[in-house]
Amino acid sequence: MTAVPVATTPELKAAVEKPSAIAKKRLSRPWASLAAIVLAVLWTLPTFGLLLSSFRPELDIKRTGWWTFFTDPQVTLDNYRAVFDSDSGVNLGTFFINSLVICIPAVLIPLALASLAAYAFAWINFRGKNIMFLAIFALQIVPLQVTLIPLLTIFVKVGISGTFWPLWLAHSTFALPLAIYLLHNFMKEIPSGLIEAARVDGAGHVAIFFKVMLPLLTPALAAFGIFQFLWVWNDLLVALVFAGGGDEVAPITLQLANLTGTRGTAWHLLSSGAFVSIIVPVTVFLLLQRYFVRGLLAGSVKG
Amino acid sequence: MFSTASTTPEKLLQMLAALLLFAAVLGVILFLASRVRGKRSDNWVGYLYLLPVVLLLAVGLIYPGLRTIYESFFDAHGSSFIGIDNYKTLLTSSDQLTVLGNTIIWVLIVPPLATGIGLVYAILVDKSRFESFAKALIFLPTAISLVAASVIWKFVYEYRVDQPNVHQIGLINQIIVWLGGKPVQLLITDTFKLNTLLLIVVFIWIQAGFAMTILSAAIKAIPDEIVEAARLDGVSPWSMFFKITLPTVRPTVVVVLTTIAIGTLKVFDVVRTMTGGNFNTSVIANEFYSQLIRADNQGLAAALAVVLFILVLPIVFYNIRQVRREA
Repeated sequence: MTAVPVATTPELKAAVEKPSAIAKKRLSRPWASLAAIVLAVLWTLPTFGLLLSSFRPELDIKRTGWWTFFTDPQVTLDNYRAVFDSDSGVNLGTFFINSLVICIPAVLIPLALASLAAYAFAWINFRGKNIMFLAIFALQIVPLQVTLIPLLTIFVKVGISGTFWPLWLAHSTFALPLAIYLLHNFMKEIPSGLIEAARVDGAGHVAIFFKVMLPLLTPALAAFGIFQFLWVWNDLLVALVFAGGGDEVAPITLQLANLTGTRGTAWHLLSSGAFVSIIVPVTVFLLLQRYFVRGLLAGSVKG
Repeated sequence: MFSTASTTPEKLLQMLAALLLFAAVLGVILFLASRVRGKRSDNWVGYLYLLPVVLLLAVGLIYPGLRTIYESFFDAHGSSFIGIDNYKTLLTSSDQLTVLGNTIIWVLIVPPLATGIGLVYAILVDKSRFESFAKALIFLPTAISLVAASVIWKFVYEYRVDQPNVHQIGLINQIIVWLGGKPVQLLITDTFKLNTLLLIVVFIWIQAGFAMTILSAAIKAIPDEIVEAARLDGVSPWSMFFKITLPTVRPTVVVVLTTIAIGTLKVFDVVRTMTGGNFNTSVIANEFYSQLIRADNQGLAAALAVVLFILVLPIVFYNIRQVRREA
């Protein structure tokens, strides 16, 4: 629904300006620079404190604040070892795998289905097209919560509760309205001459979809795919409702949330656990920043 | 294939099987679509391409949505019709009124503050030498999960008993102690809604990066000539902000405000992870979960979901209109 800013998404890249102009501006607004630095420090300090703590020995974390590190630096990797160790009962490795197993189909399935549907809406003339498109567009406003209770009942009745299927199906379904809308907008902008030419050559809708559309669609697919991947990776609500019962299918966010509930003072585990869980989103963010921001902007009202 | 996988190879195999099954379904659809001939072929291909999507949306979104509205008029176990009693409970019981009140506090505070901070920061770092780095710092909280963000802040709010040999390990309480005060059980104290406000801080911390990114794009879209002309006229930074920047980015500000408001209404993870909704901190989305799973009151949970839907609806409409107008 915030589809507009997508086109103007900035690359988080410094603007090029003459050094003299920069120097002049910087001198003319020392208070502005100070305010920016204060905000940046305020925003970074909480994360920094926990990150530093995750490398301190368990007893140190319990007894003294992380700022003590600067007078008494002690570094260990034990906390990271502990969250992957099955003896500690945390076993984060298993949940990391679960998150991956949940995410991959939950990204690929809606992407494939939505691109087919978006193609139909953009380039095939069939009866009832406009009304169906409007209906799917309108479905974006439905909050997740409204669907969860009946879905839970359905999954239990069909006999797939407690497996990965409810998560795959639910995440795929919830992704569809936004994905179809965005991909449709993207496909609409592809010059119709390309499609006409392919038709003249005798290509049907299947051939056009694979040979003309898909290659052009890659950036849009990447942007939405990354957004959906992180959305599923970071999700807690869907996981709690559909995978809350057992450890077999629970994702890493769920285990981390459970840890804060049951072992709320075990900061040596919580700190390292939190950072293990954010390695994936942060890596994605740093490597694919441009796509990532684009996808985020486009999908910000999802769920 | 539809049973619970417990070892890693089993899980990966099940994932592979699911993907293959899905690919097979797609294959059948594409095969049929390539076979369709004749005058009406476009109709058939269109419906074929939409078939899986329509099925999923009908079973996974439309039916459950309607079903939830229906169930909100039934009792805890969905067995007997109780009319609008669930909605009465939401509007009369003191627990539920607290939930509603908290939600309103959240929606009133988070959008303006997150947007304001995002806007100010975007202007401050605009065209500075470290712009990309400075932006990444503020944006990073937006990328991580709300659960991880909550763990980070729970550590900031951590409390240790006030005894001679016990050091505070939470930053806020340590600062209080350094200033000569006594440590406070921050997340348990609900005087002046302290704990709710502290949870709100976490969400602002997350949302400001989102606001900053969008507003920064809008600021960069202001034509250089206008800014240059104003500068040559000797306009002060303040009037530059109020007379040029703010009026130009106003439509974007509205979109950001409404977008964050929608996200705030649905806030769940932060409350759930930090207090579990205890100590009078619950909000609608968290209460929904508590009623559904913990209290096993399906009817009331359904009513909460419907209320959430009703609250989100006008903001979404306004948001869409604003986006359209801007386009």
